[in-house]
Amino acid sequence: MRAFLSLLRAIWGEAVGLFIDDGRFAAFILAWLVFAVLALPRLLPHSPAAPLLLFAGLALILVDSAVRRARRG
Amino acid sequence: MTFAQAAPTVLAALMASLVEFVEALTVVLAVGVTRGWRSALAGAGLALLVLAGLTAALGPAILAVPVRLLQLGLGALLLLFGMRWLRKAVLRAAGVIPLHDEAAAFEKERRALSGPDRSPRAARALDAVAVSTAFKITLIEGVEVAFIVVALGAAGPSALAAASLGAGAALLLVIALGFILHRPLAMVPENTLKFGVGVLLCAFGTFWIGEGAGLAWPGGDLSLAGLVAGYLLTALFARRLCAAPREALA
Repeated sequence: MRAFLSLLRAIWGEAVGLFIDDGRFAAFILAWLVFAVLALPRLLPHSPAAPLLLFAGLALILVDSAVRRARRG
Repeated sequence: MTFAQAAPTVLAALMASLVEFVEALTVVLAVGVTRGWRSALAGAGLALLVLAGLTAALGPAILAVPVRLLQLGLGALLLLFGMRWLRKAVLRAAGVIPLHDEAAAFEKERRALSGPDRSPRAARALDAVAVSTAFKITLIEGVEVAFIVVALGAAGPSALAAASLGAGAALLLVIALGFILHRPLAMVPENTLKFGVGVLLCAFGTFWIGEGAGLAWPGGDLSLAGLVAGYLLTALFARRLCAAPREALA
């Protein structure tokens, strides 16, 4: 039973690790997505700028996070 | 669904699944070589049965979720997953973190599993450590593949079929190579694959979020190609920025 629970814990840990290995990075992505989904359709309805902003924010988060990690060495 | 629409889905599922199946194969091979093939294949087979059961149970439940909610949920998960992969691939390509080495992973697993030589009779019996090791890695990597297939197939049954086709082709390819070579697939350019897959997963995730939020993509489905190009350029730019301080130090 203990071995089974340990196996389940390991699988759960791996499943969470699929999506999050840097909490700050994941939090920024989710925060931007919440803003984009709730605000962009209201601020820029039917505008092609809205999806471009969605992409630009995510690209910026990716570059910022990678550069921060590289600077830490 | 036309070939042009299905091709990116098949390719993304094939490349992503290939990476996951190669990782599983490395550990299953190490288990087989060290503790016996019966136990390795029993563990991997049991995990595939559990995965099939989970898919059969959860598949109909996913189809009951409203499409926009499904696009938002799967898009967010796909972005968390894809951005994590792409960031890691960028850092590996820039030399910030070491490349993943399948041969080293195989040796590490083989050493961890090796013990006193087993008699031929014992080698034929099932070994609990070997079965659970093969079971765990196959289940974990299999869950990742199942998630990728479901997320890439969020557009509907034809997209799901295209994603399943890509994953199935990757599985057959890895099984065939493992059967022929009997050693880890160290020659697979894993980081290049992860770089490419990360770009594709991010593009699909962004597209689904936009669709779920009701944003107007310029060019409709064709904007997916623009997103792929955008993420590729962003990742190459990030790689350059990450490598720059290290090159200055060298």
